[in-house]
Amino acid sequence: MEGTTSNGKFKVIGTRPIRHDGVDKVIGRAKYGADYAFPGMLHGKVLRSPHAHAKIKSINTAKALKLPGVKAVVTAADLPEAANRLEQAGEMAINPHHLSLNILARDKVLYDGHAIAAVAATSPHIAEEALKLIEVEYEVLPPVMTVDAAMKPGAPILLPDLRNREEGDKPTNVAQHYQFKRGDLEAGFKAADFVIEREFNTAMVHQGYIEPHNAVGIYNADGQATIYCSTQGAFEVRSLSAQVLGVAVGKIKVVPAEIGGGFGGKTTIYLEPLSVLLSKKTGHPVKLVMTRSEVLRASGPTSGSQIKVKMGATHDGKIVAAEVWMAYEAGAFPGSPVGAGAMCILAPYTIENLQIDAYDVVVNRPKTAAYRAPGASNAAMASETVIDEIAEKCGMDPLELRIKNGVHEGSPQVVGPPFKRIGFIETCEAIRHSDHYNSKLTGAHRGRGVASGFWFNAGMQSSATVNIHTDGTASVVTGSPDIGGSRASMAMITAEVLGLPVTDVRPVVADTDSIGHTDVTGGSRVTFATGMAVYEAAQDAARQLRERAAKVWEVKPEDVQLGDGAVSVKDTASFEKGEGKPPMTIKELATKLARTGGPISGRASVNARGVGPAFATTLIDVEVDPDTGKVQVLRCTVAQDVGKAIHPSYVEGQMQGGTAQGIGWGLNEEYFYDDKGVLRNTGLLDYRMPTCLDLPLIETAIVEVPNPGHPLGVRGVGEVSIVPPPAALANAIYRATGVRMTETPMSPPRLLKEMLKKRPGEESQSAAAD
Amino acid sequence: MAKKTLVETNINGEAVEFLCEPRQSLLECLRDVLELTGSKEGCLTGDCGACSVLLDGRAVCSCLMLGVEARGKNIRTVEGLANGTTLHPLQQKFLEHASLQCGICTPGFLMSATALLERNPNPTEAEVRYALAGNLCRCTGYDKIVRAVLDAAKSMKSGVSTSRAA
Repeated sequence: MEGTTSNGKFKVIGTRPIRHDGVDKVIGRAKYGADYAFPGMLHGKVLRSPHAHAKIKSINTAKALKLPGVKAVVTAADLPEAANRLEQAGEMAINPHHLSLNILARDKVLYDGHAIAAVAATSPHIAEEALKLIEVEYEVLPPVMTVDAAMKPGAPILLPDLRNREEGDKPTNVAQHYQFKRGDLEAGFKAADFVIEREFNTAMVHQGYIEPHNAVGIYNADGQATIYCSTQGAFEVRSLSAQVLGVAVGKIKVVPAEIGGGFGGKTTIYLEPLSVLLSKKTGHPVKLVMTRSEVLRASGPTSGSQIKVKMGATHDGKIVAAEVWMAYEAGAFPGSPVGAGAMCILAPYTIENLQIDAYDVVVNRPKTAAYRAPGASNAAMASETVIDEIAEKCGMDPLELRIKNGVHEGSPQVVGPPFKRIGFIETCEAIRHSDHYNSKLTGAHRGRGVASGFWFNAGMQSSATVNIHTDGTASVVTGSPDIGGSRASMAMITAEVLGLPVTDVRPVVADTDSIGHTDVTGGSRVTFATGMAVYEAAQDAARQLRERAAKVWEVKPEDVQLGDGAVSVKDTASFEKGEGKPPMTIKELATKLARTGGPISGRASVNARGVGPAFATTLIDVEVDPDTGKVQVLRCTVAQDVGKAIHPSYVEGQMQGGTAQGIGWGLNEEYFYDDKGVLRNTGLLDYRMPTCLDLPLIETAIVEVPNPGHPLGVRGVGEVSIVPPPAALANAIYRATGVRMTETPMSPPRLLKEMLKKRPGEESQSAAAD
Repeated sequence: MAKKTLVETNINGEAVEFLCEPRQSLLECLRDVLELTGSKEGCLTGDCGACSVLLDGRAVCSCLMLGVEARGKNIRTVEGLANGTTLHPLQQKFLEHASLQCGICTPGFLMSATALLERNPNPTEAEVRYALAGNLCRCTGYDKIVRAVLDAAKSMKSGVSTSRAA
């Protein structure tokens, strides 16, 4: 095992203990959503649209209901109309009306895979057969697949009631136009020695979690419902399901199962209300599990985008002006992460004159969901490759250019107050000092590229309880589903505060009835915000322990201190005579709790402020096959400012995992729709995510610039590492081939096409290769 | 006419009989009939490897096999990897190296890695990557998985099964 990052200041924080839920996960005992089974349980399946855009003229379920074993069929007619307004849900805003229409289409289907009806039957196979017996009559409409097509005057309209402020009462596919401005753009470009202007296209990609969506719904005769599901936010599932079902939040309990990956994609709902609805109709528990094809057609993904970047700079490498136009595919309903993308795209740099225009555009594709630093990776693909060009034009090392223009404490943000203490420059320096950067890359068709990324990170609400057991061990209870080892971090923070060994703290992820409200596991917020609640709850338990010891010793609570798992009397003036009071371990004290006032339960709830933004810088070496355009990643190092690493192994894991996803995004992943708007790659063979063979070991440099807004300095670590890789790859590919790629994925056919353009006489072959 | 077939097989060293419909995959039989839910369903098309089991010592996707095809075979699943409460070195090394984040792919990786080490106790990094290329992990970038398998091979060779208490 590699070393700790505790720097001697901490005993537990910064070490690498084995995660508490680990054994269950390596022996196959951990229970994920699809592993739940109940007596009398029925199985549900969802009928999905084969058309990208169509009116539903009629739905006839009579034949399906007659199939032996079928117990119920539900359609949108079984759901109430939900409120038509925007509500914040984790990192994304959700409109309950649109959410309901996404759960079950009402009079229109808006993408290939859009849910239309759900069946409950005695076996999943019977439910599947029943789907084929449901008769739906469609009036097929022309599909609108790209932001270009959707923004064209006279484009077919997806949502007849959609309006935006600028176009008045005119039906539109543009849900939002965001604009951010600073300084004087015209004067800025005038002051520039040169201007670079590029246009980018990035393909829609999926989060790609290995576990498909699932839900078991149990509706009881007393009107109470329970949902077991794999989710990043049990409380979000509860509130969103309540809105879609038209029931009170308090009527639903959500039990978060172990979750098999989410990356933002499991912060919303798909099957959950259907499981309750079908259970209500049948009186049985009903389980629904998506197939992989359903996951790709109808859940996630994140936006494809079109981005134009224009930057002006002086010969000495000062960026003086930037103008950005960006339009993101929202999918069938408004709510792409284009607003976040707009605030991220220039965030690492101090640019005095800028304007960013960002458009949220509906298209006939699945409604996008959050995906790890939503909107930032495609944005960085555009800005960070232009930055690379500027460095090249100035004859500067790209890291040097970044450091020269980079933001630091006091630099203005695109929106909001100036940055507090941040570690962007430090990530550039960490790369500059890395072994990778200082090793020479040699060989033909090889190139090295660097890029940086920014993500806000999130605060939001969290609750925690720390219980002292009768034997002096403890449990820490939170409402944050553990998606990457966060339970270990929660136990470590508790252990640190109480002075217990981490093995004496049992971390628990509770259901919605057993812990106070807790927002999603998302926005890199669990170790930051839930960690803050845990820290305060552990402090609360510590305070109570000191009070009890004071009671036992008949001294003032402020004269008692807690450390190394024991309470002792402080050596103070008010207790100078203090002879005969040896320290008492928490274990001993725990046996005296009943006599001194009862059990100890420390509690805290936070709406965490003091969010510390995250930066990452990534260095990538590639080799490009000159005959096929295939890119092999030879070496990769990522430096990320995490504030404080609680469990360094899982911090590295987040950095490596995000990097791998960013590499997949940059090189291979993409949604292929045909001209009818039907998705053609609905499996993991054709939706090509990185395998073991596609990646090298991923080197990490944990940068710790403490976040002043957190008691332990934590920033959060989950997202920003996905931001730099596509641009870093593009910059590396340029150095290997001389080709500046402006689209993702930079897959063999796309790259080869551009490479052949550079070789006169071979272009005709390129056309043949297409 | 009965719709179900009796299958006699051996799972994790135990003789097992179960009833299944001919259309049920081995994965579905393991999970829904035999309640061995350690093998996971990620795709049902043999692309993700989360359902990997050992069939007479060879790693296969149990989603691509019918339950009835298990007749007369020796099947090993993740539930049979540990020896009682003593973890297999691969399981132990996966924990020590923090090789899992969400853990859904872990059973499949463990079974593919078991097949590799039983056939090649001293693999190179490239051989490990090749053997695990049929298993997708979306959380880790594979770094810590590869390291754990190499370390497990080393510890199995030296006969030292480090069991660091959690």
